[in-house]
Amino acid sequence: MAELIKGETGAWEMVIGLEVHAQVIANSKLFSGAATSFGAEPNSQVSLVDAAMPGMLPVLNEYCVEQAVKTGLGINAAINKVSVFERKNYFYPDLPQGYQISQFQHPIVGMGFIEIDMPDGTSRTIGITRLHLEQDAGKSMHDQHPTKSYVDLNRSGSALMEIVSEPDLRSGEEVVAYLNKLRMILRYLGTCDGNMEEGSMRCDVNLSLRRPGAPFGTRTEVKNVNSVKAAQMAIEYEAARQLEILESGGTIKQETRLWDPAKLETRSLRSKEDAHDYRYFPDPDLLPLKLTDEMIERIRATLPELPDQKKHRFTNEYGLTIYDAGVLISDAGRAAYFETVAKGRDPKLAANWVLNELLGRLNKDGKSLDESPVTAAQLSGLIALISDNTISGKIAKDVFAEMFATGKEASAIVEEKGLKQVTDTGAIEKIVDDVIAANPDNVAAYKGGKDKLFGFFVGQVMKNSGGKANPDIVNELLKKKLS
Amino acid sequence: MTDLTDLTITQALAGLSAKDFSATELTKAHLTAMENARHLNAYIVETPELALSQAKASDDRIAKGQMGKLEGIPLGIKDLFCTTGVQTTAGSKILEGFKPTYESTVSQNLLNAGSSMLGKLNLDEFAMGSSNTTSAYGNVISPWTRNNGDNRPLVPGGSSGGSSAAVAARLCLGATGTDTGGSIRQPAAFSGIVGIKPTYGRCSRWGVVAFASSLDQAGPFARTVEDCALLLEVMSGHDPKDSTSANLPVPNFRQSLTGDMKGLRVGIPKEYRMKGMDPAIEKSWDQGIAWCKDAGAEIVDVSLPHTQYALPAYYIIAPAEASSNLARYDGVRYGQRVEGKNLQDMYELTRAQGFGSEVKRRIMIGTYVLSAGYYDAYYIKAQKIRRLIADDFKKAYEQCDVLLTPATPSPAFAIGENEDDPVKMYLNDVFTVTVNLAGLPGMSVPVGLSPDGLPLGLQIIGKAWDEATVFRTGGVIERAAQFSARPQGVTSRAA
Repeated sequence: MAELIKGETGAWEMVIGLEVHAQVIANSKLFSGAATSFGAEPNSQVSLVDAAMPGMLPVLNEYCVEQAVKTGLGINAAINKVSVFERKNYFYPDLPQGYQISQFQHPIVGMGFIEIDMPDGTSRTIGITRLHLEQDAGKSMHDQHPTKSYVDLNRSGSALMEIVSEPDLRSGEEVVAYLNKLRMILRYLGTCDGNMEEGSMRCDVNLSLRRPGAPFGTRTEVKNVNSVKAAQMAIEYEAARQLEILESGGTIKQETRLWDPAKLETRSLRSKEDAHDYRYFPDPDLLPLKLTDEMIERIRATLPELPDQKKHRFTNEYGLTIYDAGVLISDAGRAAYFETVAKGRDPKLAANWVLNELLGRLNKDGKSLDESPVTAAQLSGLIALISDNTISGKIAKDVFAEMFATGKEASAIVEEKGLKQVTDTGAIEKIVDDVIAANPDNVAAYKGGKDKLFGFFVGQVMKNSGGKANPDIVNELLKKKLS
Repeated sequence: MTDLTDLTITQALAGLSAKDFSATELTKAHLTAMENARHLNAYIVETPELALSQAKASDDRIAKGQMGKLEGIPLGIKDLFCTTGVQTTAGSKILEGFKPTYESTVSQNLLNAGSSMLGKLNLDEFAMGSSNTTSAYGNVISPWTRNNGDNRPLVPGGSSGGSSAAVAARLCLGATGTDTGGSIRQPAAFSGIVGIKPTYGRCSRWGVVAFASSLDQAGPFARTVEDCALLLEVMSGHDPKDSTSANLPVPNFRQSLTGDMKGLRVGIPKEYRMKGMDPAIEKSWDQGIAWCKDAGAEIVDVSLPHTQYALPAYYIIAPAEASSNLARYDGVRYGQRVEGKNLQDMYELTRAQGFGSEVKRRIMIGTYVLSAGYYDAYYIKAQKIRRLIADDFKKAYEQCDVLLTPATPSPAFAIGENEDDPVKMYLNDVFTVTVNLAGLPGMSVPVGLSPDGLPLGLQIIGKAWDEATVFRTGGVIERAAQFSARPQGVTSRAA
């Protein structure tokens, strides 16, 4: 449900649409053969085309097209079999051609949607308006010289996917869920690494306020939002700013604003009147991009299981809660780890161990799943020992700690330390008898009605068995002997 | 010995092969001619050392019996083609001193065939012009003069004016040109030589400074149809670096010079017979029709009904593309930069001082027609007209195989004439722009002289990818016309 803002004059609803720029994972740029790795020496990954030398021509990188199609399919979108590259004309030193090759009237991907998961366990569907391919610009560096600006063209010409959402988002929380889900999908697909810190995923926020049920209000566009956290803060700030204007009877100016991550505020960049006239027109250096059904189907066949599909399968097939499934599928590697652990085991037990013990421990050590000293197969082995009553859940935690520290197999540790659970009724019975004999007062009290003392007897038996006695047998024997 | 500069390429290849003379001698003869004809201002840069070293390499290969298709042939290269290590200006001040680190595909193809480069030929700035009077490096003067006592220097045509003047004045055996609206065919006609613009996509545009990308196409100039056929064979071919370059085999165009036109239908578009047309042009056209008939062709009257809209459409589409193509000349990375108070100031000063007035005019027109609110009325409308014009040709070719028209509405004019009104200058392209809009091959062949002694050319327009029939028709007209007139200065030097 839409969460409303309570103003002094009544309730307001936020209406938010996002434009996400996602850098395509590809070895070379959208229209040139230059490399695209992050962090290289300035201007070391620049071809003649990227530097817009006279007479240079763009040649479309087919792999980037495949990546865009794959992403389109991953967001349940229509793939347009004919799309057109157009030139967006403006002058800036980090835009060598004087125009950006983008798609305008005919994008490669049309309407689609993604499902977002809210912390309260509900889901919402957010519409995607379009996805188009375009070139990235270079980078202007204003801090390298007292009076001059430098330009690094390494990024110039890299492929971006601009993914535009419908104005379907209603709160900062939904925006966070949207960005997380979109990033998850892109990572599953391998089409964008989603690293906002490295700038490979960037976001512009379009936001307006309205009275619930009223038509859309005037929006502002906030640029330079470079993390999920920044998105949430920028939205909070911008909504509060607009609220104040509207509540005092003012009107919102349609404009482009900039998020300042240092001052934590948005400020006006340019008004609608100053907006560029980009003079879009079809790029005559490139033919319309035509895709065949065969190509689209070939790409469809390479799609991995996507996060939502996996989530639904985890709940259906393994009986996990939506929440647990959601945490497990948030990363493809984590989901795969879980499935290896769960193979042939009790899936809920496996989920508990992965989520609580393993991830908790990794988190404590600041390690990622890739760095885990315990492999999925080893964890599965540990769970097998619990399931067949070789060890109790409590002992298992000690074994796990040992596995985490040494990387040894669970069975080896159990063997080595003699932690095997005692299921021999005779042996346990002897301990039970000893405990009963040693605590006549408590026996009397228990029999006199103090039921809670049962726990005391269990604890004593377990303690005397070194934790190895099978708890079920202990319970059974105690009940029998104390009755 | 015959003056080596007066040979055709075909004759020169035979002479080189027979070792009648060396490539070095052939090159030196041209370098001397260039020195003697500097008043024409045909070359912006002469590259004698490069030409001689290339000629030397050719002589070595000839000695080993390894002759390329153009082995030892000295050529001039329009200064719109990027050439490794040799200044490439596009006729503009904004690129003064720019030396590319790369060679255009077309000029590389010519080098690979064994030719040498004598220098970079003058042109209208960024190929925008019909008179070669917009170059930042000065006007090119035609080697031709009128025979009626009017001694005013004449234009060689444009934009490839340096190319046409140099080939006509025997300052190279052949030259490259580019044609966006007539920039090969009009100067060829004005200069009494042969020039062909092939089908759009036949030659790679990679490394050619762009004017209007959807119209630009490279092509050769030479003094015979056969030489043009040979040059185009070498220049053409698929280039994966140009997405608009066609992946088609290049035919042997010389084989199509059969000398007859049996079974060919020649279309005569009635819309090209314009009111107030120069009578000499009209006469040459009728003569050309008669020659085709004599060679066995059937003459068919055809209609290209949207012809009158071609020029306005062209002067929207070409400037629109140019306004964007020329945005890269911003003073940031190469070429001229004029420092300013701030970035905006630097851009404005650099472009104000770097571009000439014709280029500025077209950038402004192009920017205007692409602007919000005007785009549909101008750019989109012009694209629709472009489609109609292409359809006109398609329909005409249901009735004929090739079209014959005048190349220009008049013979060459004097430098300074037509300068008062840009539209008057643009009318020079009236017979040629349709061909660019439709992407077809078109060739100009000299057929005679005007009453005041200036060359007249006829234009042969073919179906897309059918340069072969254009050459075949051109060969017949060339043979019938027996055009042997020479520019005045050249006549006196001939053996």
